This record gives sequence, C-alpha cells and structure tokens, in this order.
Amino acid sequence: MATPRSLLEKVWDAHAVRELPDGQTQLFVGLHLIHEVTSPQAFAMLRELGLPVRFPGRTFATVDHIIPTASQKRPLADPLAEEMLQALERNCREHGITLFDPASGHQGIVHVIGPELGLTQPGMTIACGDSHTSTHGAFGALAFGIGTSQVRDVLATQCLALARPRLRRIDVTGKLAAGVYAKDVILAIIRRLGVKGGIGYAYEYGGPVIEAMSLEERMTVCNMSIEGGARVGYVNPDDAVIAWLRGRRFAPSGEAFARAEAWWRGIASDPGCAYDDRVEIDGAAIAPSVTWGIHPGQSVGVDEPVPRPEALPDAERTSAEEALAYMKLRPGQPLLGARIDVAFIGSCTNGRLSDLREAARVARLGRVAPGVRALVVPGSQEVKRRAEAEGLPELFREAGFEWREPGCSMCLAMNPDKLRGDELCASTSNRNFKGRQGSPTGRTLLMSPAMVAAAAIRGQITDVRELL
Amino acid sequence: MTTATDARRHRVAARACVLRGDDIDTDRIIPARYLRCVTFDGLGQHAFADDRAQAKGQHPLDDPRFAGAGILVVGRNFGCGSSREHAPQALMRAGFRAFVGASFAEIFFGNCVALGLPCVTLDEGDLVRLMESVELDPEQEVVVDLEAGSVSCRAGTFRASMPEGARRQLLDGTWNALAVLLEAGDAIERTASTLPYVGGFREPARS
Ligand code: SF4
Repeated sequence: MATPRSLLEKVWDAHAVRELPDGQTQLFVGLHLIHEVTSPQAFAMLRELGLPVRFPGRTFATVDHIIPTASQKRPLADPLAEEMLQALERNCREHGITLFDPASGHQGIVHVIGPELGLTQPGMTIACGDSHTSTHGAFGALAFGIGTSQVRDVLATQCLALARPRLRRIDVTGKLAAGVYAKDVILAIIRRLGVKGGIGYAYEYGGPVIEAMSLEERMTVCNMSIEGGARVGYVNPDDAVIAWLRGRRFAPSGEAFARAEAWWRGIASDPGCAYDDRVEIDGAAIAPSVTWGIHPGQSVGVDEPVPRPEALPDAERTSAEEALAYMKLRPGQPLLGARIDVAFIGSCTNGRLSDLREAARVARLGRVAPGVRALVVPGSQEVKRRAEAEGLPELFREAGFEWREPGCSMCLAMNPDKLRGDELCASTSNRNFKGRQGSPTGRTLLMSPAMVAAAAIRGQITDVRELL
Repeated sequence: MTTATDARRHRVAARACVLRGDDIDTDRIIPARYLRCVTFDGLGQHAFADDRAQAKGQHPLDDPRFAGAGILVVGRNFGCGSSREHAPQALMRAGFRAFVGASFAEIFFGNCVALGLPCVTLDEGDLVRLMESVELDPEQEVVVDLEAGSVSCRAGTFRASMPEGARRQLLDGTWNALAVLLEAGDAIERTASTLPYVGGFREPARS
C-alpha cells in the first residue's frame, strides 16, 4: 500500500510547478482573491514591467476594507475610499478580472464571499493579499495570506515561491458546553499554543468538536490560525463540505460535481499519515473566552480574573504588563462586570449568518444598555439578504442595535466606523492590537457573537451562559 | 526589473536603532488609516505613527541619537498581524535596510525578503548585548553580514540565523521572486492542466 499522505502533502505536490534552487517550491495558485487595499500597488508594478495577468479567470475581486457601512452609494462619501474603489474597478476592467462590487449583489468581505459563491473548494491552493486567507482552509484548501509583492507575483505567474510548512495536528476532543462557540475554541487554542507557536506550521484541525462544526464555524477557527502564527490552517473535507458546495454558483454541477466530489474526498489526509507535531485540547473544558490584552493569545475564560504578570512565564511577562497598562485593567481583577462602550458584531471571523443568528438569540432577551453603541455588520450582501429574510434586522433594531451595510467595518476601522478615545469594545473580530479599531487608545475585547450581544444588553462583560 | 547582479545583498553596515518590546504588530508599524492609498510612496513618515504620538517624542524613531539608522533591532515576534506589505514598505522608506531580532512573524519576514530586506535572529542573550551596546553607543556601525551569518557591534560578533532559502535568495540576488517564477515558462500551464478543477472537472480525472 502507498504511504499515507496528509492533505498538505497531496495538495502541495499536486500544485508544485518545480523546485527552486533555494529549496522553496514554485506553487501554482488555484484561486486568487484580491481587494482594494493590497492590490493597487501590485497592478502598478505589473504595469511598470509591462506584464499581463497570466490567468485572469482565476482571480476574483471585491471591495471590503474601505467601504462605508452607513451607505454604499457612489461616489463613496470619503474621496480616498472612492479613489481606491475606482482604482480596483479600473484594474479589473483592464485585465478582465471579475469584480463583485456593491452593484453586483455579491459584494462582501473577501473571506465571506469566496466560500459563499463556491469559489473556495477543497484541494485548492488559494492566495489573497490578506492574512485571514487561512479562513478558506475550512474547506480543505491550502490558503495563504500574502503581501503585495506576492500579489504581483500571482497576477503575473499564478504562482508563489513558498517553503512547505511543517504540519501540526490539533485534535479538539469531547463536546462543547452550551454557550461555547467556535470562537472560544480558537481563542483557547491560541492561548495554549501562543501567538507565535504556529510559525512555520500549517495547522490541521480535527477531532470530534471540529468534525461536529458547521462550515461557518470551521471558518471561524481557520480564520484565526494566523493569530496563532500559523499561516495556513485547514480541516479535512467531509460530507459537510460536499453539501455546502452543491448548487453554489462557481461549484461544478451535474456529472462534473460527482467527479469533483471524488477528487475532493481523495484529497483529505489519509489515516495514519505523518504529522510533525500533535496537540490535543479538551473541548469540554473550554469556557466562553474573552481577551484582556493586546494580542489574541492574551485571553481567559470569562469567569477567570485578569492574570497577574508575576504569575506568568518570563517570556510573557513584559508583554502582559504592557497590555494591562494599555487596557487600563488591574492584575487579578475580574473581567465580568467590566463596563463596555461599544459592541461590534461582524468581520470575517464572525460576520456570517450563523453568527448573526446566535447574537440575535441573545439580543432578543433585552435592549442595548444605555450609553452603549452597538453595531451589527453582515459579512456580505448575501448574508444581509438571508438575515433580512429571517427578520434579523428588525429584531436587532428593536433591541437597539444598528444594522449596517456589509464590509470589514470596525474590525480595522479603515472606514468611518471607529472607536473614539479609550472606549472599551466587545468585539467579534480577530485582533485586539493597540489602535486596531481606529482609535490609538481604543481597547478591544475579543469574544464570540453571543458574548458580545450579552455584553451589549447588560452594558458589561457578562457570562452568556447565564442568559441561555 | 532589478538584475541579479545589483540585487545581491551580502551585508548591511549602518547605525542601528533599538526598539524594545515583543509582539509588535503591523497595525502599530503602520496604522490602518495610512493604508488608504494606492501607492506606497510617503508611507515612511507614518511608520509607528500612533506609538510615536503617544510617546510624545520619546519613541526610539524620534530619538535624535538614532537618527539616520539603517538597522532596526527588535524583540520577539516582530511584525505579527496583518499581511500588509505597507509595514516593511514604511520601514524601508523610513530608511531601514535590515532587521535584527529574537524572532519575526512569518508573513512579515516573507514580505521583507520580497523587498530585499534581511531579517536575522540572534540568541536572546546576544540580542540583549547588542541592544545594550547600541543604546550606550548609538554612533557605532553595526554590521549584518549574511555571508558570514553574523551581526557585529562593539560588544562583539554574534552568530545570526536566517532560514537558508531566504539567505540564499538575498546572497544570490534572487529575492525578487517574480523573475524566478517567470523562468518556469510553460511549466506553469502544464501544472495547471493536471489540476482537475482548473478544467471545471469537465473531464474524467487523469491518473
Ligand atoms: S474583516 Fe477584518 S480581518 Fe477580516 S478581512 Fe476585513 S479587516 Fe481583515
């Protein structure tokens, strides 16, 4: 029998164009996604070199980072944002690239629309000038976040020069408790393995908890792989993936779908394949998680106090002290009961329909507390339409939440949605870096959509398990 | 396009600037509001904009003793966070040509190589000695020598590491991946034609 191989090996080998003299592999990129922030400079470099786009049919574009969420009406209110969107339109037109702009009805955060349209498929290599490209690994793809020079490389050659990562298998065992979500699982994984624990690794997530997850939940987990230092994170394709893809716009149909299904299933890691490292996490022990610091590894269960730096390992102490000073939190203080100013539900981590449903389940139990600004931003126009069909906007509005147009919004605040001063924000996004949400002193606490909704209606950090 | 000959990066000799702290992310290196642009021009002046504003002149990048530095000395996991090439672009345009630290985030590292900027790591003890030496005597020349795999300062010569593939690219002047990738020619199309999804799974899979 042939040696058992991992998905990483199979997909890597299938896409290897050649080995490069420096030991890296020239890897063919099956799907290239672009957006307005990291692509204009790449097109400019291409133009300077007089090179065409090699496979224009394998690149798809959308606009997400700078799009305002109050109104998408053109011209966009911010002239800089309008200029960036126009540059993207021009580049796509000139090179024959499909653009999902607001008028298309399929605009949204790049990592939400790829899967939604069936562009993201198992066994593909995927690249996008955005670190959360790892999201697409939920479908059993190898998806790499890349820089702008590499966006240029992919446009010109449909290839990347990459070194094959090592592979770490992460099994999440047992069963999650009520009120514990995919977001809590990935925050627990990063807390355990550290924000640089994954450098040089691809993460293969598996075990009963991951297998029981919907594709949307798996996307939440894979999305934050990069926050743990792993550029790539994936789940082996299974029945759930096949069911997701059936009937999607860019998925094959008819007999081609049957052929695709066989290939997709075959790409999964073989039983008994080799891993460079294995980690097991007890899913039943995971509590709703909240970050207290300035990177996603600095989290605790909501019922735990903020750590005391002196009790942490040496390597984490300085960073923890800096974090507590910035976050204006005291060592040992409980997070429960901390007053929030803003609640943000959205982003490529938690801006899909199932996230909005979970948030709505909690939001209907009360009204947004006085003094709290609460925003719900669907991840795409498609998510928005489906949420509308279920009556979610009315429910959120009645509870005092603002219901917005799709985009990245307050995840990184390149549009008008920003924190002000040192506001404390309960957020479903993926980064709690200093200044990330648009105010240089703004403070972000990452948590699940249900936890953010609970914080919004109570006006303070709340254990969502008390409400469910 | 740069040719291999003038693209070789053997050593960087320059004054250094010490930026202490771990896990310094790309949002801090270049805050998102400066990404609202269609070119990288002018990013240099905004490097660490928010940190600098808050430090009110006390930030190492505003420290006159470090003015004109070409080497940035950093801590652990420098450049974590987003894939924005704006981060190394901003630092490059602020005058930095090499980075020395305890460790670097992967995408940041790759983005630097793509710009011909070496990121080398030192053992923690050596890094501390380098930082102290530069802080005591910022006028001195620090040398990042990729050929020898070392970083030298007044306090001594330390063994510096860098993944071999990236080191070779910088030494050989092949860090501009585009030129290398283009050399594959038709092999790219040939690989594409073996991938069933590229043809939309219209044909029965080839074995
Ligand atoms: S939602 Fe946030 S993390 Fe996701 S692509 Fe947009 S800015 Fe990046």
